[in-house]
Amino acid sequence: MNWKAMISGTVEWIDYRLPIFTFMNHELTEYPTPRNLSYWWNFGSLAGIALVIMIATGIMLAMQYTPHVDHAFDSVERIMRDVNSGWLLRYLHSNGGSFFFIVVYIHILRGLYYGSYKKPREILWILGVVILILMMATAFMGYVLPWGQMSFWAATVITNLFSAVPIIGEAIVTWLWGGFSVDNPTLNRFFALHYLLPFVLVGVIFVHLWALHRFGSNNPLGIDAKGPQDKIPFHPYYTIKDSFGLAVFLVVYLGFVFFAPNYMGHPDNYIPANPLSTPPHIVPEWYFLPYYAILRAIDFNFLWIVPAKLGGVILMFGSIMILFLLPWLDRSPVRSARFRPIYKWFFWLFFLDCLILGWIGANSPDGNFHGIPFLLIGQLATLYYFGHFLVVIPAISLLERPKPLPTSISQPVLQGGGATAGAGAKPMEKA
Amino acid sequence: MKTLAKSAARSATKYALGALCGLMLGTASVQAAEGVKLPEQDWSFDGVLGLFDRAQLQRGLQVYREVCAGCHGLRYIAFRNLADLQYNEDQIKAIASEAIIVDGPDDEGEMFEREGRLPDYFPSPFANDKAAAASNNGAVPPDLSLMAKARFGGADYIHALLTGYEEAPADFEVLEGLSYNAYFPGHQIAMAQPLDDDAVEYADGTEASLDQMARDVAAFLTWTAEPKLEARKTAGIWVILFFLFVTGVTYASKKKIWADLHKDDGSKE
Repeated sequence: MNWKAMISGTVEWIDYRLPIFTFMNHELTEYPTPRNLSYWWNFGSLAGIALVIMIATGIMLAMQYTPHVDHAFDSVERIMRDVNSGWLLRYLHSNGGSFFFIVVYIHILRGLYYGSYKKPREILWILGVVILILMMATAFMGYVLPWGQMSFWAATVITNLFSAVPIIGEAIVTWLWGGFSVDNPTLNRFFALHYLLPFVLVGVIFVHLWALHRFGSNNPLGIDAKGPQDKIPFHPYYTIKDSFGLAVFLVVYLGFVFFAPNYMGHPDNYIPANPLSTPPHIVPEWYFLPYYAILRAIDFNFLWIVPAKLGGVILMFGSIMILFLLPWLDRSPVRSARFRPIYKWFFWLFFLDCLILGWIGANSPDGNFHGIPFLLIGQLATLYYFGHFLVVIPAISLLERPKPLPTSISQPVLQGGGATAGAGAKPMEKA
Repeated sequence: MKTLAKSAARSATKYALGALCGLMLGTASVQAAEGVKLPEQDWSFDGVLGLFDRAQLQRGLQVYREVCAGCHGLRYIAFRNLADLQYNEDQIKAIASEAIIVDGPDDEGEMFEREGRLPDYFPSPFANDKAAAASNNGAVPPDLSLMAKARFGGADYIHALLTGYEEAPADFEVLEGLSYNAYFPGHQIAMAQPLDDDAVEYADGTEASLDQMARDVAAFLTWTAEPKLEARKTAGIWVILFFLFVTGVTYASKKKIWADLHKDDGSKE
C-alpha cells in the first residue's frame, strides 16, 4: 500500500467528521490577503509567536520556581545557576516580556496610523485593547514573581492605587493582598494568575483572529479590496514574509538575551525584597512608564470632589480605556493616514507624546529639564494624550480634506504610486 | 526597480544591527545613583567575545576570602562552583575545608561544626542580620553574590567604590562612624575603607596595589553574579550567526516567491 494514499485517506476520513483540515486550509493557506501589505503588517503574527515563546518558557520556569516569599528569590537564582539552561529560559522569558510589548506597541501604532480600527473592524480593535489589558496585568504580576526589591515595591505601589477608590478602597486593597500588606498570599495569587492569564489571552486572541478573518486585513491604502485581483493567498506569500520578519525579530531579541540580558531590567531587582527598605526611585518596567507618568501627573485635587490620587488612577486606567472609544471618536471615513494630510502629523505628534510620557515616567517628578519641571512636562504630555483622542481626532475627522483615494488596491500598484492615482476617485470610501 | 520590501528589509536589518552594535560597544558613560559618573574600566568580560580572566578571578577570590569575607556573605556560591575558576578538586577541597560549617542536628539532636565540603555554600560571616548589625555599628553588610548585577555600573561601580575612599570636601560633614566615598550614593558609607595597598599577598606574585585588588575582586564578583556569562556568550555567537543565516535564506525565498507577483503588476509592491 502506498503511504501517500494512506495519509490522504486518513486526512479525508478525519476531515469528513471534523473539518479541521478544511478549516486550516481556508484560514491559513487560501485566506485571501491584500496584496499590498507592508512590513508593518508583520507584527500581528510576531506578537502571536512572542506569546508562544512566553508560554513555552514560562511553563518550564514554573516547574522550577517556588512562589513563597522565603524561597522565590532563591529559586530564581537556582534557575540561573543550577538548572540546566535555566539562565537561558529565564532570560528568554524576562526579555521576551519586553519584546512582546515592543511588538504589540508597533502593532497598535500601525493600527492607529492606517485606521485599522474603523468600520467594519471595531470589534477586532476592541478585542485588541482587551488583549493589551490582559497582557499588562500578566506582565505586572510576572514582574512580582522574582520577589526582588522592584518586584515587591511595584506590587505595593500598584495595588495601593486601588485604595483611591472612595469608601471601599481600603477593603479592595486588603482583598487584593489577601492580608494587610503585600505578602505571601499576594505572591501566591499573583503566581496563579500569571499562569492563568496567558491562556485567557490565547482565547481572546483566537476571537481577535476570528474577527480579523471576517473582513481580512486592512492595508496601507486603507481601501477595501475590489476583487480577487487585489488579494493573494496567505500561503505562500505571507507565510514566507512573516518567516523572514520572524528571523529578523529573533536576531534582535536573541541579541539581547545572549549579550545584554539585563539591559532592560532594573538592578534593584537583584536585591531580595525587603519590606523595611524602600528604594529611592521606584520605577516600573519600561513598557509601563508612560502610564506611570500619567498617574503621577495629577498632583492636584479636581473640583474638591476627586482627590489627586484618585484623579491620577482614573486617568491612568482611562489612558487605555479611551482606546475602546476610538472607532467612534474618529469620524473620518478614510482609514489610511496616507490620504489624511493633517491626521498624519498628529499621529506622529501622538507618538512623540508617548515617548515623552515614557521619559517622564522614568524620571523622578521633582527633577527638571533645563529648568522646566518634569512634573509640568508630564502634565502637558498627559493633557495632549487625552486631548489627542477627545479633541484632536474628532476635530480633524470633521475638518480635514482627505486626498483622493485610489479606486482599487491593484490600481496604484499598476500605476506605480497611490497618491497620484485615481483623479476620479471619491475622497470617501463607501465602507 | 528596487522593491519596497527590499528597502524595508534593509532598514529593518540596519536597525537590528544598530541596536546590537550599540549594546556591544557598551554605553558611553555609566551613571551611578546621585548622578556621579563612574570611571569606566576595561574588563576582560566586556563586549560580545569577552570572557573571564581565570587568573584574575582567582586573585579576586583571594581578596574576597582574606578581606571581604570577614563581613560579607557569598550565599549563592558553593565551593563546587570554584571548579569554574580552574582550580582542581584537591585545591577546592582545601579551600572548602578551611570553612567552618554548622551542620546538624546529629543523632543527639545537637548542631555541630565541621569542615566545609564541595557541596557546601560559602558560610555567612554572621548568624543572622541582627548579629551582623550588632557587630557593624547598625549597618548590615550586604551579601556580595549578586552585587555586580544589583548596582548600576556593575563591576565599574564595585571598582569605583573600593577605590573611592578619599578626604571629604571641606564643606561636607561626615557623620560619626561613616566614611566619605566619592561614588557611594550620598557619599557616606558605613564600611570603613576595606582595601589598601598590599592588603593581601597575591599567590601569583601580582603586585597587590589598591587598584589591582579592587579590579580583581570586581571581576570575581561579576563571575559570582553571572557564572553562566561565558556559556551565554559563546552559545550566543552561534545562535545569532544561525539566525542571520535563516534571515538570509528566508529573505531570498521571500524575494523568489514574490517575484511573479511583482512581475504581474509592474514593480511596486
